Amino acid sequence: MSNLLQIKNIRKTFPGVVALDTISLSIARGEIHTLLGENGAGKSTLMNVLTGLYRPDRGEILLDGVSIQLNSPRDSLAMGIGMVHQHFMLVSAHTVFENILLALEGVPNFYSRRTYRQKVQKVLDAFELDLDLDSPVWKLSIGAQQWIELIKLLVRDCRLLILDEPTAVLTPQESARLFQVLTRLRDQGKSILFISHKMREVMEISDRVTVLKKGRSLVSLSRGEYDESRLASLMIGEDQIPMWIKPACKYEQLALEIKNLSARNDRGLADLDNFNMKLYRGQILGVAGVAGNGQKALAEVLTGLKEASSGRILAEGRDITNSTARSSYIAGIAHIPEDRKSIGIAPDMTVGDNLIMKNFASRAFRRWIFQDRAAIRRNASAKINEFAIKAGPDGNPVRYLSGGNIQKVIIARELSEKPAVLVALYPTRGLDIGSAEYVHKVIIDGANQGMSTILISEDLDELLKLSDQIVVMFRGRLVGCVDPQATTREEIGLLMSGEVQS
Amino acid sequence: MKLISEKRELTSRLFRISAPLISILVALFVAGFLLMAAGVNPLLAYLEIFRESLGSVYGLSETLVKTTPLIFASLGVSLAFRMQIWNIGAEGQIYMGACGATAVALFSGIENHSLMITAMFLAAFLFGGLWGGVAGVLRARWQVNEVIVTLLMNYIAILGVDYLIYGPWKDPKGFNFPLTAQFSEAARLSEYFDTRFHSGFFLALFCALLMYLFMERTVWGYEIKVIGSNPKAARYAGMRTGLAIFAVLFLSGAVAGIAGFSEVAGLQHRLQHGLSPGYGYTAIIIAWLAKRSAFGVVIVSFLMGVLLVGGDSLQLSWQLPIAFVYAFQGLILFFLLASDFFIHNRLRLIRGGQHA
Ligand SMILES: Nc1ncnc2c1ncn2[C@@H]1O[C@H](COP(=O)(O)OP(=O)(O)OP(=O)(O)O)[C@@H](O)[C@H]1O
Ligand SMILES: [Mg+2]
Repeated sequence: MSNLLQIKNIRKTFPGVVALDTISLSIARGEIHTLLGENGAGKSTLMNVLTGLYRPDRGEILLDGVSIQLNSPRDSLAMGIGMVHQHFMLVSAHTVFENILLALEGVPNFYSRRTYRQKVQKVLDAFELDLDLDSPVWKLSIGAQQWIELIKLLVRDCRLLILDEPTAVLTPQESARLFQVLTRLRDQGKSILFISHKMREVMEISDRVTVLKKGRSLVSLSRGEYDESRLASLMIGEDQIPMWIKPACKYEQLALEIKNLSARNDRGLADLDNFNMKLYRGQILGVAGVAGNGQKALAEVLTGLKEASSGRILAEGRDITNSTARSSYIAGIAHIPEDRKSIGIAPDMTVGDNLIMKNFASRAFRRWIFQDRAAIRRNASAKINEFAIKAGPDGNPVRYLSGGNIQKVIIARELSEKPAVLVALYPTRGLDIGSAEYVHKVIIDGANQGMSTILISEDLDELLKLSDQIVVMFRGRLVGCVDPQATTREEIGLLMSGEVQS
Repeated sequence: MKLISEKRELTSRLFRISAPLISILVALFVAGFLLMAAGVNPLLAYLEIFRESLGSVYGLSETLVKTTPLIFASLGVSLAFRMQIWNIGAEGQIYMGACGATAVALFSGIENHSLMITAMFLAAFLFGGLWGGVAGVLRARWQVNEVIVTLLMNYIAILGVDYLIYGPWKDPKGFNFPLTAQFSEAARLSEYFDTRFHSGFFLALFCALLMYLFMERTVWGYEIKVIGSNPKAARYAGMRTGLAIFAVLFLSGAVAGIAGFSEVAGLQHRLQHGLSPGYGYTAIIIAWLAKRSAFGVVIVSFLMGVLLVGGDSLQLSWQLPIAFVYAFQGLILFFLLASDFFIHNRLRLIRGGQHA
């Protein structure tokens, strides 16, 4: 098979950081090529080089054997290289169709909507995608928005499709759908460069895997030459995977009780519908469910970001639904939000400043009205060490960190104050295996010391591994409650689809 | 062939830092054509600007006199800018500050100098603060755009002061001019070197130092920066953003209001029509040029002071209208915004039209 794209000795540095040291790899026509590597290994940077967003310091990119210069995303699109970013940009007030049109170049000012509509519809039909072209983008789930990004590239007929952690925002069902589409594209001869931290997916879909470590490409292995443990050990090297033991929850002291809780969303629909739940001290309560079935609303009501329309929340027996006591109680709840970039960080501020965002006013970081800069710096280096955050040079703004490292900053901050209750939404999304394991360990350690956790996740493996009990949400209701020791993935799957109730 | 612009991810640090300087130079260059059109040799004119504003004790003192209100107003404006709150009402806040200080000076009857000055200062602080605070309440409670509110309130403040000096506060012995009676000695700041240079300047420097400490060292400054960087994250972290918006607009107006105090107590010794020739608007340009840093504000205010004094002398020696100085300021802001565009985008020429 001939190579579509060849990358030779690419190097890219940012002030104070070597993001890519030496990277060489080649992508064949009609292959799905996966990039694997720890958080901050340089995967996104490499992709941004390929799409012309960053100019490499040195090295060569060959397309069809010819050396090319990519100066902008426009250049690479013109050569048939298109990318779906980790964080996509759509005009949310516009419709799906308008967003796709925006991506097309050479659309005459008085374009004929009809022709273009047909063109887009043809792509949708070809891949059996079900997407309402006239719906405004803000109404769509994140998963659906990702489809739009992909369709943009398909309409432009790209030869190389680059996808940066596409499945991080997809439900398992949506991921399966995406993989069907990708496999078909591959069979049509397109090349796909793909990033994921989920081993299960990597094993399933890749024709070839390239492992990156600290900005270097270690090896490229074809299907058959690798298995899960080989890849893991290449990626992590000598680093230890943390070990932990989980004691069973004693169900003695009630930490939080939710009675008949309901909440509405912006569109006036019920996000939470008569929801009931009990959480004990030291318990890890898993919440399973397809994204968009009220998990986010549950987290937001608990953490005070959203008002409940009816129902009660009891903390250690006290009613805190609407009392003033709520705000002080909420202050003791840690929250790992779903929407990390948009609500989890102050992007222009340093890692150290972001790490104290929740408790900046505490005695530990303050002397009278002044901030204790030395204490803030000490805290930063302790957390950076503990969670192995690649924070870059001192005073680096958080927005320059890689996706997984931003996630680690948020987790480190939320878990630092020994919270009584942790509400974690998809806490290990976007983390490499080592970091994910470490986060699991921290949650378990917390539980050992009496922290109660509401663990909202789509990753059934994670839920089964950590939870004392798993409840399943469907359309804002609790439709089932199972024991992780005694249940099966199939049982949970059925509950999640809303077809049965237990 | 067509010209397109595209986002760029990174810009060299050098370009970022030198952009304000470059925009001043380009503005000087373009303004040169205006001068030539008016029949003035631009080089001579620029030389004269510097000679007049810096070349003598008198010139320097006049420059510092103009720098003083600019520092106060720009500190106020840049405080709000830090939180992405666009207070463009410094002009009105200066008038309100002056109005508050004048009310105390004329009607309080205090005779002790320090007591009088303190009372005037506090009144100016409060009046300016309330004037900014109105926009704060509207924005925090009802999401009313603060740009429009602060802008419109400028007119209310200026006309309100006009009403007072044409009406109830008019000096009975003032030959019907629109101004109040002169302040008593107790209500005047000290002057030095037999010039108009007064202690308000030192107050301004002190204020800049306080502002620096406030923003960079205190817990509140931290909150303001978090809110400015990402208001959603601030709310998620439990910060009370509504309160912060009000507090910042209040403080922003209050600091701008001190400019009014320093003008009436240090310089004019009475409230009069046109007491600020647009310091509040120049402050917006200064805050932007200074990248919202307190020390930057001091330096840029001084540069603007040079320009104002130099511009005055051009008026005298070449009969150039004062509008020239404003045109020049406008040019600086224009090129500055343009340089911001070039920091984040780059232009490219595409040959052959269709492409892709
Ligand atoms: N614009 C930038 N400025 C400065 N440093 C950057 C910038 N972009 C990336 N980096 C640094 O380069 C390194 C590689 O980042 P990159 O985003 O490529 O990692 P990644 O492999 O995609 O990680 P993740 O799995 O967490 O997404 C990181 O240390 C990051 O902090
Ligand atoms: Mg990445």
